[in-house]
Amino acid sequence: MAKFMPLSDALAENLHDGDKVAFEGFTHLIPHAAAHEAIRQGRKGLVLFRLTPDIIYDQMIGMGCASRVVFSYAGNPGVGLLRRMRDAIENAWPNAIEIREHSHAALANAYEAGAAGLPSAVFRGYKGADLPKVNPNIKSVTCPFTGEELAAVRAVRPDLAVIHAQKADRKGNVLIEGIVGVQKEAVLAARRAIVTVEEVVDELDTHPNACVLPDWTVDVVCVVEGGAHPSYAHGYYNRDNAFYLEWDKVSSDREMFETWMQQNVLNETHHVFADRVAELRGAA
Amino acid sequence: MSDFTASEMMTIAASRALSNEDVCFVGIGAPSAACNVARLTHAPDITLIYESGTIGTKPKVLPLSIGDGELCETAVTTVPVTEMFRYWLQGGRITIGFLGAAQLDRFGNINTTVIGEYHHPRVRLPGGGGAPEIASSCGQVYITMRQSKRGFVEKIDFFTSFGHGAGGSAREDIGLTTKGPTLLLTDLAIWKPDPQTKEFTAVSLHPGVTREQMADTVGWDIRYAEHVEETAPPSEAELGVLRDLHARTQAAHKGPKKAGSSE
Repeated sequence: MAKFMPLSDALAENLHDGDKVAFEGFTHLIPHAAAHEAIRQGRKGLVLFRLTPDIIYDQMIGMGCASRVVFSYAGNPGVGLLRRMRDAIENAWPNAIEIREHSHAALANAYEAGAAGLPSAVFRGYKGADLPKVNPNIKSVTCPFTGEELAAVRAVRPDLAVIHAQKADRKGNVLIEGIVGVQKEAVLAARRAIVTVEEVVDELDTHPNACVLPDWTVDVVCVVEGGAHPSYAHGYYNRDNAFYLEWDKVSSDREMFETWMQQNVLNETHHVFADRVAELRGAA
Repeated sequence: MSDFTASEMMTIAASRALSNEDVCFVGIGAPSAACNVARLTHAPDITLIYESGTIGTKPKVLPLSIGDGELCETAVTTVPVTEMFRYWLQGGRITIGFLGAAQLDRFGNINTTVIGEYHHPRVRLPGGGGAPEIASSCGQVYITMRQSKRGFVEKIDFFTSFGHGAGGSAREDIGLTTKGPTLLLTDLAIWKPDPQTKEFTAVSLHPGVTREQMADTVGWDIRYAEHVEETAPPSEAELGVLRDLHARTQAAHKGPKKAGSSE
């Protein structure tokens, strides 16, 4: 059964310097509150996995938490570039980071292979593309039945997966609804998993094929209302698109970024997230 | 006919290329606007798919990201991202991939990864995301982007997504069985690949566009079709739909209270 505990304890117990960690979420249900806690705890040398390293990885990289990033699309979705990540790649600020770049198809397959306990994933991809020349974890294999040459990528097996979900029941069974991304795969591929949820309920009250992670696949559940802000939680609150536009300015300058992080992350706790989504709750 | 901007002409020309029967994998930005204008005008039954796993989506406002809640709420179904890429894209279910680009060459090869050298880039761009496999697994690929010397280059710095390589039979030579880029829609013109060489050829110039303007915005010697047509200007109906869509989108993305107000 999953343990319920405060977010700060969950991160302190499960995330260590140098760990491989995936804070997953595909535009939806991004675990912002948990990432901020990792920043407050001053984690260093992390190997970060994520299909879409958006604002939270921009923040973690800018605060010096990361040594390597494994990713497939490093943008501020719909807005532009990730300016802190760019600064790290182009100018080694605040420290140099290594990158291992994939396509979405490749990294999604790599998570699935991790969840399936396989060493690698095989798929039809990367034909004619340059990424295999710069990422040593992209190879090819020949199908033993048809002779077709297929792409192979190393499975993703993080030490820790961190995701945000709508709700858990009192045992710690977790329900994810809406755009489910690769979160189930990330949790099942990882050695440990932390899930932050909007609320805990008596019954998940769902349908038989819903995306549910049984309590024994999750190590820790933390209740963090609004914990996905500025991304969204389907059925709870909307995406704060204005914040994503604002981040482009905040992240454009090192000093502005540091001031923002001091005020909004280092000086705060995860309890501020509930307030941040108050105005984003529609007439659900 | 009312006045229209080059950007509106580009979106509307792109929307006209789509039909009711298409199953279209939609890239964010310009492709997303074009695909939704098509759905709101002549192709109401087109199936739009975004890489977040939303299949058959009918958003009222343009999403800011490929995973806005609006896309999921209005979709026929939403599948995991793993399934999206394995079953639906790799499985060959998608007829058209609609992509944008940062850099494009005359053979439809796309760079959205880096400007400069990969390990020491001058500009680090977001990267490929879904595009490398969209470009190889969709039945055919449409590309839409504005023309500029910076974007339309003789040689791209990085092959993010393979188009027609060095031209001719390059796709077949590396084992690709899909058509690749078959249409390029810009703010100035409509381009199609030459059947043999696969070099993009300007087949239609938008109203008022000159060959000087074309030469000033493209980094290679442009080939023109034998009979270059003039693109039909946007109709009142097309412009109305596009402008309404942009107005709804702007209002929705402006402030917290209005963000994705459909929830």
